[in-house]
Amino acid sequence: MKIKLDILRLENSESEPYRQCVVFETDDENATVATALTEINNKGNYKDENGKTVAPIHWECSCLQKKCGACAMVINNKPQLACNARLKLYEKKGIVTVEPLKKFPVIADLAADRSIIFENLKTMKIWLESQTKVDECVSESVYDASRCLQCGCCLEVCPNFYVGSDFFGMSGTVSASKIISSAGGEQKKEIAAAYKKHSYNGCGKSLACRDVCPAGIDVERLLVNSNAAAVWGRKIGKKNKKA
Amino acid sequence: MYRINIIGSGLAGLSAAITLAENSVACNLISLQNSERAQSVLAEGGINGALNTMGEDDNTENHFNDTMKGGVYLSDPNAVDGLTKNAPQIIRWLESLGVPFNTSGGEIILRNFGGQKKKRTAYARSSTGKIIMSAVIDEARKYEACGLIKRYCHHEFVKLLIENNVCVGALIRDRYSGKFAEFKGTVILACGGMNGIFPGMTTGTTQNSGDAACTVFAQGVEFGNLEMLQYHPTTIGISGKRCLVTEAARGEGGRLYIERNGDKWYFMEEKYPELKNLMPRDVVAREMFFVRRQPECGNTVYLDMTGLSESTWKNKLSDLREEIIHYLSTDPKTDPIPIKEGIHYFMGGINTNECHQTNVQNLYAAGECTCQYHGANRLGGNSMLGALYGGRKAALTILNISKKDDKFIDKSPDFKVLHEPFAEEASPIVIQKISEALLLGLGIVRNQKNLDYSLKKLCDVEKNNNLNLREKNRIFLAKAMIISALGRKESRGAHYREDYPNRDESFQKTSAVRFNNGEIDLKYRDIPERRISANENQA
Ligand SMILES: Cc1cc2nc3c(=O)[nH]c(=O)nc-3n(C[C@H](O)[C@H](O)[C@H](O)COP(=O)(O)OP(=O)(O)OC[C@H]3O[C@@H](n4cnc5c(N)ncnc54)[C@H](O)[C@@H]3O)c2cc1C
Ligand code: SF4
Ligand code: SF4
Ligand code: FES
Repeated sequence: MKIKLDILRLENSESEPYRQCVVFETDDENATVATALTEINNKGNYKDENGKTVAPIHWECSCLQKKCGACAMVINNKPQLACNARLKLYEKKGIVTVEPLKKFPVIADLAADRSIIFENLKTMKIWLESQTKVDECVSESVYDASRCLQCGCCLEVCPNFYVGSDFFGMSGTVSASKIISSAGGEQKKEIAAAYKKHSYNGCGKSLACRDVCPAGIDVERLLVNSNAAAVWGRKIGKKNKKA
Repeated sequence: MYRINIIGSGLAGLSAAITLAENSVACNLISLQNSERAQSVLAEGGINGALNTMGEDDNTENHFNDTMKGGVYLSDPNAVDGLTKNAPQIIRWLESLGVPFNTSGGEIILRNFGGQKKKRTAYARSSTGKIIMSAVIDEARKYEACGLIKRYCHHEFVKLLIENNVCVGALIRDRYSGKFAEFKGTVILACGGMNGIFPGMTTGTTQNSGDAACTVFAQGVEFGNLEMLQYHPTTIGISGKRCLVTEAARGEGGRLYIERNGDKWYFMEEKYPELKNLMPRDVVAREMFFVRRQPECGNTVYLDMTGLSESTWKNKLSDLREEIIHYLSTDPKTDPIPIKEGIHYFMGGINTNECHQTNVQNLYAAGECTCQYHGANRLGGNSMLGALYGGRKAALTILNISKKDDKFIDKSPDFKVLHEPFAEEASPIVIQKISEALLLGLGIVRNQKNLDYSLKKLCDVEKNNNLNLREKNRIFLAKAMIISALGRKESRGAHYREDYPNRDESFQKTSAVRFNNGEIDLKYRDIPERRISANENQA
């Protein structure tokens, strides 16, 4: 398979961005954008389509099996995980664009600084104040919420999220849903207030985020449950009755 | 007293940080990436503890015995005693942090795992590590908010600061700004396994490059049992790495077979009628290697999970099924899948005593970067436990020996440009050469000839390339691995020598290597006796 990667390059946060096209060839049918980036960097003297040596491409990765969220970037105009973006899908077109997430400050090339995601979780107080045992009836949604990779794909497509906003987007909402399900006592009120402020108020419920979540989290269900509990004061956990 | 510097924010680092914070001691938690990206999130199958919820009359002594036996008696029995006695309480702690373990009637249910006769592995479907990490990260966040834990994500550990064999801190580099700072004070290394020594060949993360281990080895930190590499029997090749098929697949009833004269031969069940497919990993991997060599057998071993019930797939292994379909385009519910051994865990690592102290004063280590608890072969489900318990134990040791009247100095490190040559990374080409040289000797079945050849190849890489500091350090650690494997002239656990196929009791010792003035010294250290009537809940 032969495919052209059209990569948005940026040496550092102060330099001018430019595009670099690199032709990548492989026998690996399952090769992903992550495979291509790894091999281009490993080879050391890879040439771009103009014969210029490709300087090491900055990007973050860790698990290479879509379980850690490190490699989120914008591929073919969609935020996704590089290790899950199979090149085969773009073979027909012959070209695929590879760009960093744009909602966050770019460090270099495809590496964006997503610290804000974690700062926001701190602001929202995503932890349990006192020891609790998860109720069996909410265990499934807590499990689902715990799977969030904090990758930021949902934030990239969200029309209402920006760095510095009071609205924290779906990664915050999902994490909050975990605490809303388990917290007791005073913390119940506190997390409900934080949820209203940082999740509910800003969310247009268009669910653009649902379609890009690489973990396949059922964000709609978590959203509905959390709204019910934190905003409308209803008890959650009873099996969701299908309308 | 300065903040304690913890290198690594996987389960071991987080556990150490939380323990310190619970005792009002402040720390810096330094890692290459956020905890969400650490290898600990990849753990699937579960965590061991004799909770005895399955009516099987299990107890911590059984857990102790299985762990010692699984590690073929190379582990420190007093350390394993503490580990296994505290395991139930650690799982209860996780439960109290909101980990949604699989339960029945409100009680945690346990599954079978390799090398254990009783059901002892608690789990959250087949993403146990991710789900545990999510809760433990939340708990750490509580202490981040009040300043007890200070995170330095996107920061790299560069080297230890050592004066007269006392660790006085660590040199840290901000990977975003490229600047460096000296972090003064005690250091706990919790930097995970050395996957990057074998790029593309392991089930772990690329983040654990092995650089930290190579550096501290070259700085004189003692390592133990470096010859003990765990090959996991069931992995599949995916782009860029080996992908694990969790042992839970066999724990829940998956069976291994190979085609022999056209028939399916369930070789593990025939050879090991008691534990069958759930023999310890070293045994299963070796049997797979041997059956493939038999002329009447095919070249591929299959994992047959077609007999698993609908509810097992749905409630216990849903993520695994999705993963296999994604990567192999085969539904394991209806078709057996081809599997192969892959490097999965490093039993060898930094040598510590049972209190997690290293040979360098004020330097501690915990988690997969150490050689504590797992001896010659780690049992599945024991390493998350080892990371959580080890991190806590290291922190408790520090708390025990620190002086109460020590004044706390909270000075933020000063990041500056470094004005001396610095090797930003080892070249992928050199890394690959070293890995290839190592694998010549460190396969599932080993012998003197291959190990000698491997050592020679490493010397060639050293001679023929103009190596930077990182690459040199890598060669030293690689050589130490081969020297350890050459020295152990017996077969034990993961270390199988076809020229010495039997266990030799005179080798029931830790192989301890140190880098000394350009030389690698190999010694054998005695394994302590188990103290009688060790206390419950020491940590
Ligand atoms: C696919 C898979 C499945 C597994 N399943 C199970 C299971 O079911 N049960 C079980 O018990 N175990 C399992 N394990 C093993 C277990 O997950 C690990 O052994 C354990 O989580 C290790 O934890 P740790 O904290 O020691 O290291 P890690 O979680 O690997 O964390 C290492 C940390 O060190 C940091 N670091 C590394 N180098 C540097 C550096 N130079 N500078 C700064 N920071 C650095 C990293 O950023 C990271 O934060 C599995 C492992 C894998 C790969
Ligand atoms: S539903 Fe819409 S507004 Fe709400 S988090 Fe998702 S994308 Fe953003
Ligand atoms: S909700 Fe989904 S897309 Fe958003 S951070 Fe979590 S895993 Fe990523
Ligand atoms: S590298 Fe972990 S999700 Fe891609």
